[in-house]
Amino acid sequence: MTLLTNLISGLSLGSVYAIIALGYTMVYGISKMLNFAHGDVIMIGGYMSFIMTMYIGMNGWLAMLVAMVVCTLLGIMIERLAYRPLRGTGSLAVLITAIGVSYFLQNIALLIWGANPKMFTSLFKGMKPIHAAGGQLTITPESIFTILANVVIMILLTLFVSKTKAGKAMRAVSEDNGAAQLMGINVNQSISLTFAIGSGLAAVAGVLMLSTYPVLMPTTGAMPGIKAFTAAVFGGIGSIPGAMIGGLILGIIEIFSRAYISTELSDAIVFACLIIVLLVKPTGLLGKKISEKV
Amino acid sequence: MMGTVLTVDNINVYYGAIHAIKGISLDVNRGEIVTLIGANGAGKSTTLHTISGLLRSKTGNIEFLESSISHVPAHKIVAMGISHVPEGRRIFQGLTVEENLQMGAFVTKKDRIAHNLEYVYEQFPRLKERTSQIAGTLSGGEQQMLAMGRALMSDPELLMLDEPSMGLAPILVDQIFDIIVNLNKAGTTILLVEQNAQMALSVADRAYVIETGRITLSGTGEELAKSEAVKKAYLGG
Repeated sequence: MTLLTNLISGLSLGSVYAIIALGYTMVYGISKMLNFAHGDVIMIGGYMSFIMTMYIGMNGWLAMLVAMVVCTLLGIMIERLAYRPLRGTGSLAVLITAIGVSYFLQNIALLIWGANPKMFTSLFKGMKPIHAAGGQLTITPESIFTILANVVIMILLTLFVSKTKAGKAMRAVSEDNGAAQLMGINVNQSISLTFAIGSGLAAVAGVLMLSTYPVLMPTTGAMPGIKAFTAAVFGGIGSIPGAMIGGLILGIIEIFSRAYISTELSDAIVFACLIIVLLVKPTGLLGKKISEKV
Repeated sequence: MMGTVLTVDNINVYYGAIHAIKGISLDVNRGEIVTLIGANGAGKSTTLHTISGLLRSKTGNIEFLESSISHVPAHKIVAMGISHVPEGRRIFQGLTVEENLQMGAFVTKKDRIAHNLEYVYEQFPRLKERTSQIAGTLSGGEQQMLAMGRALMSDPELLMLDEPSMGLAPILVDQIFDIIVNLNKAGTTILLVEQNAQMALSVADRAYVIETGRITLSGTGEELAKSEAVKKAYLGG
């Protein structure tokens, strides 16, 4: 039964990684850049939600909605102010800028909210965990909702990119920015939309994560950000199903290493797995290269 | 029917320090097939890229249907009526054939899309057989057809084709050129860039020869096909 309990915790943590990884993978897909500030958007989302519930007394779900709106706008602003002016320059300049934005957000948070950790109140406070198998198996509402949220987000996002005009345009821009312009697609708009979606989802991921792991401080987003980035690479960066699979596998590996091997080594094991996958399949699990035909 | 559709007036285009286009001027009249021929790297593709707004000229002006498009962003130029089939086709490999065509209709009014799709399938029946196939798995000839079909989805007044024959078997080249002539007869004005000068001159009303960023010769297709300089340099005789 502990195996099953661990599996569910792993899936839940993995779902958080998967939702964050979507932001990395979509942004990478469309603008070929690694947005290292993405993890810190999660933290901002967490603080927004925290403030809305603690100081304004808002309902947790409503607070999450506010956090989503704020993060969506933040994502659009980051792209507009920090990354767009650098488009067309070397990828190194953009990468360093992204790291700069990451530290900027962390320090802004430090300035406003201080370094003291805040205790986040779970979105699902008051809901009872489910007991099964004669009390041996406990499933928390946090786990259930996180896993469910991930599934719903994946389905909606997949429908969005495969069925809607804006979604197809995003795929077209990802593949060939220049050719997309020749179709009349406004590339800037498409990229803004991608940042908006990724950042809005980061807020959801932040609230879900903090509901299970409630310690909120300015560096809260950094580690999950890196892990989710790893998940995106693991699954094949640029691929939406890849982000989902990468996230889930990573979450499970992490929880299992913690439970059966060593808590201290769990991160090392996660990254070792990434290295092994990349050695065997450099494009990640689902990453692919379409060979060009003449 | 007659009248100038496109006027390119003294454009100069740079890639960093490289002066790629040195004062090119040309015009295209309604209903014509105009071709730009010249060697690799002469500046033919760069000229098309500048017209469609992906590159900018430092000087001069580009006028399309009597309005200047020199400073119009690329994605708005399509809506004005210029469709550009880029070199190497550049279809969206991961999208299906139909999705590629939908992208071509990105700026097309909703009520025209179904009509245009039908027109494209009429011109390229092969595409109709493969609507839901992933475009990257098409053969080279089919990919060229898809790139042309995609460009036609926006109802272009002017269709710019960059090396449509590149990498295709001779029989397919003939087929593609037949289609170009048909499209032109159906009313589309065409600006054609080709390395296959013989083919290009055989269908063109007028032609320009570009050498290292300058226009060195121009005339009717027939005149240029007979010109000694062109024969020597581009027609292998």
